[in-house]
Amino acid sequence: MSLAAAILLTGCATEELASPAKATRPDLDPAVDADPFPSTYKPLPSTAMALVGATILTAAGEKIDNGTVLMRDGKIEAVGANITPPADYTVVDAHGKWITPGIIDAHSHLGVYAQPSVAALQDGNEATDPNTAQVWAEHSIWPQDEGFNAVRRGGVTTLLILPGSANLFGGRSVTVKNVPAVTEQGMKFPGAPYGLKMACGENPKRVYGSKEHAPSTRMGNVAGYRAAWIKASQYARKWDAYRAGDKKGDPPERDLQLDTLAGVLDGKILVQNHCYRADEMAIMIDMSKEFGYHISAFHHASEAYKIADLLAKENICIATWAGWWGFKMESIDGIEQNAALVHKAGGCVVIHSDDENLSQRLNQEAAAAIAAGRKIGIDIPEADAIRWITANPAKMLGIADKTGSLEPGKMADVVIWNADPFSIYALTEKVFIDGALIYDRHDKRFQPKSDFILGHTGGDD
Amino acid sequence: MRTTIAIALAATLAFVSQALADTTAITNAHIYTMGRGSEIAAGTVVIRNGRIAAVGANVRVPSGATVVDAQGRVVTPGLFIAGTNLGAIEIDLVAPTDDTSTKNHSLSAAFDISYGIDPDSIAIPIARITGVTRALTTPGYADGDSRQFLFAGQAAVISLAAHAPTVVRPRAAMVLELGENGATRAGGARGSMITQLKADLDDVRWYARHRRGFDTGSARDLRLSKADLDALIPVVQGRMPLIVTVRRASDILEVLKLAKEQRLRVILAGAEEGWTVADDIARAHVAVLLHPTADLPASFEARAATLENAARLDAAGVTIAFANPDGGHRIREVRYNAGNAVAHGLPYRAALAALTINTARIFGEASKTGSLEPGKQADLVIWSGDPLEPLTQAEEVFIGGVSQPMDSRALDLARRYKTLGEPYPPAYKN
Repeated sequence: MSLAAAILLTGCATEELASPAKATRPDLDPAVDADPFPSTYKPLPSTAMALVGATILTAAGEKIDNGTVLMRDGKIEAVGANITPPADYTVVDAHGKWITPGIIDAHSHLGVYAQPSVAALQDGNEATDPNTAQVWAEHSIWPQDEGFNAVRRGGVTTLLILPGSANLFGGRSVTVKNVPAVTEQGMKFPGAPYGLKMACGENPKRVYGSKEHAPSTRMGNVAGYRAAWIKASQYARKWDAYRAGDKKGDPPERDLQLDTLAGVLDGKILVQNHCYRADEMAIMIDMSKEFGYHISAFHHASEAYKIADLLAKENICIATWAGWWGFKMESIDGIEQNAALVHKAGGCVVIHSDDENLSQRLNQEAAAAIAAGRKIGIDIPEADAIRWITANPAKMLGIADKTGSLEPGKMADVVIWNADPFSIYALTEKVFIDGALIYDRHDKRFQPKSDFILGHTGGDD
Repeated sequence: MRTTIAIALAATLAFVSQALADTTAITNAHIYTMGRGSEIAAGTVVIRNGRIAAVGANVRVPSGATVVDAQGRVVTPGLFIAGTNLGAIEIDLVAPTDDTSTKNHSLSAAFDISYGIDPDSIAIPIARITGVTRALTTPGYADGDSRQFLFAGQAAVISLAAHAPTVVRPRAAMVLELGENGATRAGGARGSMITQLKADLDDVRWYARHRRGFDTGSARDLRLSKADLDALIPVVQGRMPLIVTVRRASDILEVLKLAKEQRLRVILAGAEEGWTVADDIARAHVAVLLHPTADLPASFEARAATLENAARLDAAGVTIAFANPDGGHRIREVRYNAGNAVAHGLPYRAALAALTINTARIFGEASKTGSLEPGKQADLVIWSGDPLEPLTQAEEVFIGGVSQPMDSRALDLARRYKTLGEPYPPAYKN
């Protein structure tokens, strides 16, 4: 033992001997510190600003020609056609441009499956047990993933970062603001609820079935979810009883996995459920009722169109693509019209990416979904379809009161496009997050690059 | 006798009307010929017996021709897309439907994807109704931990025409992946990869000169199987192009050097860092199959990836063609990807060429397809608007002059479920 270590040990021992009763133990009640990795996000500097003359898709149902957006103190102040910018506002001439809310990608693995996609950065699937509700995606996020910068160029201002879908319960997801930061906490969306990633179908049964481990079938999947919900219900009851008894006696044994599941049962954590097939979604809905929770969204949901009425009735969003299908048996019936058919039935449609390339072009994927609807006689106006990548993902992430549309009081997360965003040629010109200019296509000072890109030949191109 | 004459007359009339019916004129079209004549703001395409008979602004409609009034809509050649697995795979993770690759180590270059192509694949109509008329179906690798340095096999040119032969040219190109994956298969380093490749090609040349010796058992030690050696003879003789997937700039230069030394007809695929050595690629007259939206540093061999790769390669004079990013299921995105290349600096006409005539030229099909010029087969698409826009649809597709069915299994599903809650389950519909 080194001398220094010996001194340290002695020091500790002395302290404990001096005041044994004062050693503080954390209160293990999961409700006491529900936010142990708090957001340190601070909006970047901004000034009061008027974006003048653009065609505005508010994502609150309106398309405004020659409109103005006023932003002040990081918030949307006013949106409309007949607004005169106050004298002290910085005026941005946006004539001929289009303005939308910042895009929200409701299914991203940026940071947890970072670029470059080398084995050392594959941190998205804790595929060691079918239930890993105890893991949190935020503990895997590498903020230097250049993908964050790439999708910001595509207008993405908020992302839901999810664990992968290898497990029945993959772990907690986290919502981040797409700002460059050195730590994950620096991106964390203040006040956004956590999510729980669940997965139906082929992935869990393939991953564990191939390891001679349950589940290996869909019925095995469902048995696995139900067993876990039963344990979580009992766990929640124990803590309720402990709290009701003024926390006297020994607290129940704390369990990180059950904390998350109990958080769902308490309505504090939103269920984000990877599920392709209509029949499986219907089973997941019944199970949610058995245990008393609500499914926020079915992700991928390739067959949502087969139960569009049920999903609308249950107020469950679907996060899907337009063009993806056929990559596995459960996506064989994926059709381009999925979004249009669910939208037409009154459902909440979200166009998501699940992909670091597609995430840069969610506006184009939404355009393909509009076109697919028109092909079968469902004509969805752009003013409605813009919600698929803005207001609706905000709803399924539980942040619709904060962002996702251009309405007074909401965060000024705003994109200026050089053309109709549903055109393939549309490029973002300026991206604002909380009223701060965070990307500018024509100003190198506002084109952040990750540390990883720095100094590599051609990397900053 | 009378009856005979009557029958003969009727037959003649039927023949005449058939011949007339075989002439179609697409009028009032905004034509991108991708060949002579270039862009015609308002013109006519005449199709006779499956071939383009005339194209131009002042072309007379032959009497008796079936007239399709394009009403000002855009007409382009059918899209010809490389890097697909159309017809060779139905569902990616359903292994029995996957004929794109082999785990058999004694068959690599000899692996011939054309034998596995299913004309009844449900992916083909989905591609066809988005304007794809021809594709290169390309083998891939199915290697696991016991990887060996091998060729993926031989690609095939397929036609997407309904009720017509699908494989139009088997063994159209040899496919090989180099770079990080190639190095891993060669033992973990590029030094062994290029050395192994040279040794294999040298074996092929020796074998081509000593086939009799091989048959009598007096051959030198050869790593590859007889089938592989036979398959590689046209490659070393420069008769069959070799598609080399490679990303890093230094790897690209190494391939160009090798191609020159060994007189190989190389086509680059991927080439994310191609723009940094664009002049070298242009000087070597090597074409590039690329994904124009691959802009992330997805690996240490693609750190210079950019959305401007296509524009910069084109500006340097490199022939580019857009490959499919994801096998075959998402082939409809290829035209959107071309639009993204335009948004990032590629001239519009160059983007259309990279979806049509360039692919045809690269794979030796330009005398038959790829542009709207007299004598070529009539593979063309009438679009509702700009073909690179997602909001645009392919409205009519002709392959070999035959108007194609515009249906797919996916559309059947959409129609089946368009109205829910009827007394009988959806299974009673369609």
